[in-house]
Amino acid sequence: MKQFITFVKKEFAHALRDRKTLLILFGLPIMQILIFGFALTNEVKNAKIIIEDNAKDIASQQLTNKIEASQYFDIEKATMTHAQVEQAFKQGIIKMAVIIPANFNEDLIHQNKASLQVIADATDPNTASTLTNYISSITKDYEEQLNENSNTLYNIVPETKMLYNPQLKGVHNYVPGVMALVLMLVCVMMTAISIVKEKETGTMEILLVSPFKPVMVIFSKAIPYLLLSIINVAIILLLSVYVLELPVNGSVLLLFAESILFIITCLSLGILISVKTNSQQVAMLISLMGMLLPTMLFSGFMFPIENMPVPLQIISNAIPAKWYYIIVKSIMIKGLGFSAVWKETLILFGITIFLLIVSLKNFKIRLA
Amino acid sequence: MRTIKFLLQKEFRQIFRNKAILAMIVVMPVMQLIILPLAANYEVKNINIAVVDHDHSTTSRQLISKISASTYFNLTGYNVSYKQAFPLVEQDKADLILEIPANFESSLIRENKDKLFIAVNAINGTKANLGGAYLASIIQDYNNDIRVQWSDGTSQNNHSIDIASSNWYNPLMNYHLFMVPGILAVLVTMVGGFLAALNIVKEKEVGTIEQINVTPIKKHHFIAGKLIPFWVLGNVVFTLGLLVAWLVYGIVPAGSLVVLYSFVGLYLLAVLGFGLLVSTFCESQQQAMFIMFFFIMIFILLGGLFTPIESMPDWAKAISRCNPVSYLIDVMRMVILKSSGFADVLIHLVVIAGFAIFFNTWAVLNYKKTA
Repeated sequence: MKQFITFVKKEFAHALRDRKTLLILFGLPIMQILIFGFALTNEVKNAKIIIEDNAKDIASQQLTNKIEASQYFDIEKATMTHAQVEQAFKQGIIKMAVIIPANFNEDLIHQNKASLQVIADATDPNTASTLTNYISSITKDYEEQLNENSNTLYNIVPETKMLYNPQLKGVHNYVPGVMALVLMLVCVMMTAISIVKEKETGTMEILLVSPFKPVMVIFSKAIPYLLLSIINVAIILLLSVYVLELPVNGSVLLLFAESILFIITCLSLGILISVKTNSQQVAMLISLMGMLLPTMLFSGFMFPIENMPVPLQIISNAIPAKWYYIIVKSIMIKGLGFSAVWKETLILFGITIFLLIVSLKNFKIRLA
Repeated sequence: MRTIKFLLQKEFRQIFRNKAILAMIVVMPVMQLIILPLAANYEVKNINIAVVDHDHSTTSRQLISKISASTYFNLTGYNVSYKQAFPLVEQDKADLILEIPANFESSLIRENKDKLFIAVNAINGTKANLGGAYLASIIQDYNNDIRVQWSDGTSQNNHSIDIASSNWYNPLMNYHLFMVPGILAVLVTMVGGFLAALNIVKEKEVGTIEQINVTPIKKHHFIAGKLIPFWVLGNVVFTLGLLVAWLVYGIVPAGSLVVLYSFVGLYLLAVLGFGLLVSTFCESQQQAMFIMFFFIMIFILLGGLFTPIESMPDWAKAISRCNPVSYLIDVMRMVILKSSGFADVLIHLVVIAGFAIFFNTWAVLNYKKTA
């Protein structure tokens, strides 16, 4: 035990010596939480649009005012020719053009029916359909305003309630994702690199010939990163509660316990990579390209898994971060207890055991 | 000039010698460009909806069948009460709950008005927003249907405004068209940035930089010697990416290739300059890797790849303006999808040229030949 503590001390010295890396390790989660929390929103607002008003009558003016009043749009320039509209799209100045035809008011009064042309820049399909939806609901409002006097029949009034996230903030989705991402980065990459580095510089041999058990050498490497990761989880949670005002709805203790399980999963993954590789660059590339991208993609926090082709959906089941993400979302945002996440926990546990067994099988006491 | 020639010879040899890294440089981006757009699909479809029908009338049944007939919704639950439907949301089996109150039909007929309750799982904001809007428009449609059906033309004096909407540049709303150019931009950035950042640091770690330091090679020669090989590699990766976009996704640039390559050429100078700058600051590959990762992460997230820059707060917009990646993503989408020409991307070109000069000058100044 005393030996083990000495080794852990050595590893701490290693980990704490490289100040620049350490700064990044703690800076990264803070930066990500701030960016995800404040900069990235799924909401579309302040979209630049133009309104080409060919009617210039009372109805078109009223409708324009209504559109102007909403916070979604930023009206760029009121009159443009058709060629100018196209030019504005090409320069990326506007996202949408609303064209009000001549005789808008007249048509509305005499024929009870007028039409409105809406052209959206669909290079971004979601923004385009969201904006079109906004315009049609504003128009619908205007219609109702016109029809107020003549009483409409049979009105179905949908009342929508947004559960968990009434303001449609992005944070709810992102905080659990950032946790998975950061833990993955710190644990897998750092553990793998720190072990391989010893191999590269040749100090591994010295450690292996010491009377200390070789397996323990590897385990003692994992301890500092376990602690650093727990601190990172605490930082992320504190930031999300106090800065993003996203409370932990479930049990904090359970959340930490699950996080520690996931950290151990990641550490074993890091150990496996380090057992299999011999150079820092390869270890980095594998953990970066092979681990981080799949984590971002397949955990489901940036892209909905159910939209993916079936083979990719199947692959996503093998990614530990996916399960951790589900667990964190359930505990933190939905406020559910262990009974709701025991299945996911069991899967994570299974993956961990599997990874540990494989890496121990592959671990060689002799180098060359 | 002769010095640069020799330096280039050395760099290219080193690159071609390491077959594993070379394979990664070429294979990784191609693989990613094939897989990523398949996975990175924000297109909202397959929205799962659970219905709680307290009414059991013809009207409510018609409404439900109208919803389940739409391509956006899957009816996953038909429950007796809201309490029963709610666990479906908790288990992520339903994204929306539609509750039809008792006596829906009769109060609609008698009082001309009734409410419907929709509860949306809003953890994923985009999906909630669009899903709610789709459902509302289906209900609206249905509302119009029954008005016509029930009123025998008495409501004819209502004013209505038709909206004819058209989606330019991407009429089928194909999400790949949006993602592929963006992802290609990110891959070019990653390959260029990481390679450049790791390179000088490796010379430091191995110690060969000392040997270069004692030769009469000028600082800018050294930097140029590092820059040019990666610039060539970056262009190769970009070309491969365009080929993948064409062969796999059928995306052919609508604009001119000359505009595209001129911009990417300038952009690579900027991003490589940034990588070299980072590497002049670091002592170990690990450090360089992490610092590059840190910045590239920020660049990508704030670059408008996933969420529109216009919706960001002012401080984030300000950062985006100093973010080379956001200019590249913008130009890629403009040229590939909207066939924008030189005149349209002029500002972008000038800004990126500015970045290129700035980063490379700084890298040259910061590279010290004495330890």
